[in-house]
Amino acid sequence: MTMLEVQERPVPLDDRQPIVNDFSISVATKNGSGSQTANTALLRALFKMGIPVSGKNLFPSNIQGLPTWYTIRVSHEGFIARRPRAEIVVAMNPATAMEDRKSVEPGGVFMYADDLKLQTDRSDLAYYPIPAKKLSQEHEADAKLRTYVANMVYVGALAHLLSISLTEIESALMFHFKGKRKPVDSNMKVVRAAAEWVAANLEKKDPYRVEAMNATSGLIMLDGNTAAALGAIYGGVSFAAWYPITPATSLADALNAYLPQLRVDPATKEPTYSVIQAEDEIAALGMVLGAGWAGARAMTSTSGPGVSLMSEFAGLGYYAEIPAVIWDIQRMGPSTGLPTRVAQGDVISAYFLGHGDTKNVCLLPGSINECFEFGWRALDLAERLQTPVFVLSDLDLGMNQWMTKPFDYPTEPMDRGKVLSAEALDKLGGFKRYKDVEGDGIGWRTLPGTDHPFAAYFTRGSGHNEAAGYSERPDDWENNMARLGRKFETARGLLPRPVEERVDGADIAIISYGSADPAVAEARARLAKEDVKTSYLRLRALPLAESVKDFIAAHPRVYVVELNSDAQMCQLVRLHAPELAGRVQPCHHSDGLPLTARWITEAILKLEAA
Amino acid sequence: MATVATPATPAKNVNRIGLPRADYKGLESTLCNGCGHDSISAQIITACYELGVRPEGLIKFSGIGCSSKSPAYFMSRSFGFNSLHGRMPSVATGALIANHTLHAIGVSGDGDTGSIGFGQFKHLLRRNLRLVYIMENNGVYGLTKGQFSATADIGQEIKYAGRNDFLPIDLCLEAIVSGCGFVARSFAGDPRQVVPLLKGAFSHRGTALLDIISPCVTFNNKDDSTKSYAWGKAHDERINDFTYVMPQEEITVDYAPGETKAVTMHDGSRIVLKKVDETMHDPTDRLAALRLLEEAREKQLFITGLLYVNPNQPGLAEHERLGQVPLARFQQDQLRPAPETLSKLMAGMF
Repeated sequence: MTMLEVQERPVPLDDRQPIVNDFSISVATKNGSGSQTANTALLRALFKMGIPVSGKNLFPSNIQGLPTWYTIRVSHEGFIARRPRAEIVVAMNPATAMEDRKSVEPGGVFMYADDLKLQTDRSDLAYYPIPAKKLSQEHEADAKLRTYVANMVYVGALAHLLSISLTEIESALMFHFKGKRKPVDSNMKVVRAAAEWVAANLEKKDPYRVEAMNATSGLIMLDGNTAAALGAIYGGVSFAAWYPITPATSLADALNAYLPQLRVDPATKEPTYSVIQAEDEIAALGMVLGAGWAGARAMTSTSGPGVSLMSEFAGLGYYAEIPAVIWDIQRMGPSTGLPTRVAQGDVISAYFLGHGDTKNVCLLPGSINECFEFGWRALDLAERLQTPVFVLSDLDLGMNQWMTKPFDYPTEPMDRGKVLSAEALDKLGGFKRYKDVEGDGIGWRTLPGTDHPFAAYFTRGSGHNEAAGYSERPDDWENNMARLGRKFETARGLLPRPVEERVDGADIAIISYGSADPAVAEARARLAKEDVKTSYLRLRALPLAESVKDFIAAHPRVYVVELNSDAQMCQLVRLHAPELAGRVQPCHHSDGLPLTARWITEAILKLEAA
Repeated sequence: MATVATPATPAKNVNRIGLPRADYKGLESTLCNGCGHDSISAQIITACYELGVRPEGLIKFSGIGCSSKSPAYFMSRSFGFNSLHGRMPSVATGALIANHTLHAIGVSGDGDTGSIGFGQFKHLLRRNLRLVYIMENNGVYGLTKGQFSATADIGQEIKYAGRNDFLPIDLCLEAIVSGCGFVARSFAGDPRQVVPLLKGAFSHRGTALLDIISPCVTFNNKDDSTKSYAWGKAHDERINDFTYVMPQEEITVDYAPGETKAVTMHDGSRIVLKKVDETMHDPTDRLAALRLLEEAREKQLFITGLLYVNPNQPGLAEHERLGQVPLARFQQDQLRPAPETLSKLMAGMF
């Protein structure tokens, strides 16, 4: 949150050059007051003006009443990471107004609802009181809706002060209200009234404004959970089981929203899918494993506490070798932690989830496009590898709106893995479920119902030989684990490669992953300005690719940048390249908020100086 | 088993679909000699053989425990899934949504169902998955050597665990209140009752619970235990005689009017219940079934037979609108929407 007290430096307000398309806005409201409509209208209007933009909702675990902030980053350079403080702060919530005022960047703007009793003792700020209550009363007849439309007052006020197009605000509201004229009109009435009021009553005292650009054409705005659901749908998901949990719920919601549109058989009008809300996460993964075992493309979505509950089933899936996809939309832990705040804290727990010797394939999407791509790819990998595949997204990626290229249709045909038909069994005269026929560690399986006397086998989590018979023989156990080891190496070769950018003459390298990417990209640009060259490797999967070792070997100092308290990926990288572990340093931070370029830059410079 | 065709000239020593009984057998049991569970396995083999169940069209599910080992000991030509302790219902749910055309048996025990798996048990019943749920109930944990389970009687004493001070959970009662549409209690030592109940259960379109008292000869078979062979034999009080009549088969049993009640199952088969004493329990009456169980508990009676049946409640497959083709059999053509749908979707985003 923007709680940090800043050094107040008096800046002469008149002498400043205009600052165009390069600032952040933070809006402080109460949870449940309907400010999301106002905030996304601003975000989308800026996007439609062609200006690179990002929006992050910093919200509490609460239905109504607790403070919530929404930050909008406007950047002509295309940097979309969160900024630690905003230049423009809008205070609509009396409970946080004092702190909000302290948080404004030096020389910034403080806009506030004029019924808030505030001291205006920071002389570096431009103050804009706005009559939110008065205007909403005047322009909205329905008393029940006044709280909601009050937020449109700051939309109109900001639009006038920053030159945001009212036409684009209207088109954003049209999208939000799905083309329904009535709510759009009633909101626009307040937006226009506010803009007019500001024009007539306030003098602009700040340097910030926007100008239309052409940097967003061809892009769309979407959240990662919707992208993940669409990816799964185009990946042919036929069964999903889930249990409500923040911040994963919207992934299941998106499945439920899009499956009926996209996956009803045109001939029979019957669905080619089933989605079950399970009684808990244990049952959710149990259902997914049952469905995957029987031949469905099966997935679940959850967050850290759900992953913990799924542990025993994950071990069963790993050892009985059953395809499953588990999306983990990571949030702050340990324990209940902060359900509405972000972290990359489940890396180690997901990778090793299960009792005994278990290690799981994990995908690490770093963009909205990758949420879509890994949505379908995870289902292919699960069936190819006959194992649970985790996809580690997080709250920032999953729930916030991001600019993204429209999604590419899957580039590869669906991979259903090694499945024997009745005809194949006829030719083979039988099969052994866990026999490593091709040397890749993956056995052939049959699906229940395959009409052949040799088709059936018995699946169990207990010790078994290659014919799937119960066995306590030491050699059977060792052979089976050795084969699972070979399968893991096969997985390593099949997974998405890291994205590498080696810079000539760079002594420093950054390894990072997931939603940290935009902050890393911006931090590298900042470091470059200080003549600090950095190479960058973005991980996209576990187990780690062999090429990670070469990358480390090419750089004397490697910083693993991540959003958790235990430097989890750093530990895995060191384990992966023990002979190079001395070069690999943690650069981690976890306060519940998305990483910022400022923090990464300062942390690396500090580590470099040490 | 509505899909089974009767061969024109029935061969000797084979069933309706031309398979010998040997094709229904499983591996040799590793349970204790005399275990009630082995007797139930034998009765499952008999029921499936006589019904002409296609072995490949049946899935066997189980959790963890002695009972859950037993699916290995019948029907080796059927797929089996020995899952986690108390979690069989969820695995069966996923598998049978993926392929709702298959028949399924779930074998569980009183530990697996009554304690660790109690939540999943209740939710399975609530969803009404088409599954024959066989509760092999012996009041004791066998594999971990003799702890009380949640179905043990209050005041009961056994060697390892001492005295049980807690009320037992009646799984038939729990099933009825959770909406289960086929609830029966029986005794492993009574194949003449278990086999027809199993056949009736296979014809049910939702979850059918058979709570079968199945004595543990090693840890809980003292004559005063209500889960022992001796007690079962001495106290078994049938509430009805149960005859299963396959679809298209004539009812040949001749009973005096007022002596019987017939219930038509969803697949067209019928179950005919004959009264065994003056009062006739109406198994379609849910409240009567609950009252019967409550009275039996008060009087410490071991009642067996069909307690409750409601053949009309839709199953989970109907709820999910699953059609002719199982979800598991759909291929890329049905599962991946066409490229133009994605372009259209992208064009509609902001």
